[in-house]
Amino acid sequence: MSDTSDGSDDAAPGPEEVRHVADLARVGLDDEEVERFADQFGDILDYFETLEEVPEVERETDLVNVMRADEARDCLSQEEALANAPETEDGYLKGPNVS
Amino acid sequence: MSADHNVFITEETVEGAANGPLADRTVAVKDNISTEGVRTTCGSEMLEDYVPPYDATVVEKLKDAGATIVGKANMDEFGMGSTTETSAFGPAENPVAPGRVPGGSSGGSAAAVAAGEADLALGSDTGGSIRNPAAFCGVVGIKPTYGLVSRYGLVAYANSLEQIGPLAPTVEEAAALLDVISGPDPRDATTREEGADSDYASAATGDVEDTTVGVPTELVEGADEGVRERFEATLDDLESRGATVEEVSLPSVEHAVEAYYVIAMSEASSNLARFDGVRYGESGGFEGNWNEAFSNSREAFGEEVKRRILLGTYALSAGYHDKYYKQAQDARAWVRQDFDEAFESVDVLASPTMPTPPFAVGDSLDDPLQMYLADANTVPVNLADLPAISVPAGEVDGGLPVGVQFIAPAFGEADIIRVGSAVEN
Repeated sequence: MSDTSDGSDDAAPGPEEVRHVADLARVGLDDEEVERFADQFGDILDYFETLEEVPEVERETDLVNVMRADEARDCLSQEEALANAPETEDGYLKGPNVS
Repeated sequence: MSADHNVFITEETVEGAANGPLADRTVAVKDNISTEGVRTTCGSEMLEDYVPPYDATVVEKLKDAGATIVGKANMDEFGMGSTTETSAFGPAENPVAPGRVPGGSSGGSAAAVAAGEADLALGSDTGGSIRNPAAFCGVVGIKPTYGLVSRYGLVAYANSLEQIGPLAPTVEEAAALLDVISGPDPRDATTREEGADSDYASAATGDVEDTTVGVPTELVEGADEGVRERFEATLDDLESRGATVEEVSLPSVEHAVEAYYVIAMSEASSNLARFDGVRYGESGGFEGNWNEAFSNSREAFGEEVKRRILLGTYALSAGYHDKYYKQAQDARAWVRQDFDEAFESVDVLASPTMPTPPFAVGDSLDDPLQMYLADANTVPVNLADLPAISVPAGEVDGGLPVGVQFIAPAFGEADIIRVGSAVEN
């Protein structure tokens, strides 16, 4: 079941696939983390695959929308909203370049 | 005192109103629950310096009830863990079982109560994170029905599963704290009317006459022998007080753990995208473009958090959504259906809370899958949105606490409080 890194089993991502998912998730990993996750994910995903045994179940749809009146409410002041930002400028959040 | 067990991440006293039902009580608040002006780290380096500008609804309610908050309790980072060893601020220790973990992820909250550093505590339970440390530390913990307690101000990990709930030395005290925090909140659209004028504390009568207790065989089979013996002794005691015990079957729970982790990790991968180092959180600096800066800032997450974000991202990615996430939702519906059917013939369900006594420090960290499997008895409750309580049921191996869990139909808190109180008498 749990082929590890040769790509023969699509449930067992190798280091390249771990790096790809980390890129998608925008989570920086060091090389050791990549290796460790590649080792562990095969077992964990194999285990998740036992969900194949779950029968189709009719889902009750008891969900309801909860609406409120579209009225202005108190909110944080600009100062409060900026208080935790690592960098601000002229009352705005300052972020990295979008490129 | 607290340095002994690393119970608190931040020790700070916040006085409540002069009068109220909790006027003479001290409360430890899990560090993922927002407190105005008091830093709230979620046990993460990412939020090491984060100071919320507002109170969670439950914190407002604590203050209104006169409680004194004595600190922000240690926890697994963002609630991800079963031992409180993944905290960026160091592990908490189990005050009643030296060398053992206090359980998690609300381990600091349970340890605070067990060590007497707070009278009461608030935790949050996504897959067992109140009940697990309650069992490991020998205290009482309640996971309320989904929607009974407001999640406004709780830093989200997996919204569809988690609830804030009480930890206390006794069932009656836990129920009294639940009375304070439960009820509808216009700021949380998932809250319901039930619990608005509750009196759960008075349900702690210890009366189990004519109560039918169902025991799901699937939740007992995997437990350690010592744990099973304590569980059987508890059932015998309930029978001697007039309860009827019968076996029931919940075949779906065999798949609850994998369904839980797929759903929780998927929700986590989305929820934790807000930590970008711009509005709050550790900044990765502004070198490179947005994506690189974003990735850099998120290196501050600990390994368990990264593991869950990646697995959640993978489970939701193109080609895998139907294979993992959709099937997990099917399993969730099946679990709910199983519980519904069981409650047609019994009043409450009972099981060991945890299949083992508290783990030795360091034991579970190397094998994440083994750690996930330890939650087998608690996660079905979160998948089905039900209320459950963990009550101390004695000790094994010369002083290791064991907990039993009682589960009721939705909004049946009074029943599990009543049955739970019978165990402690």
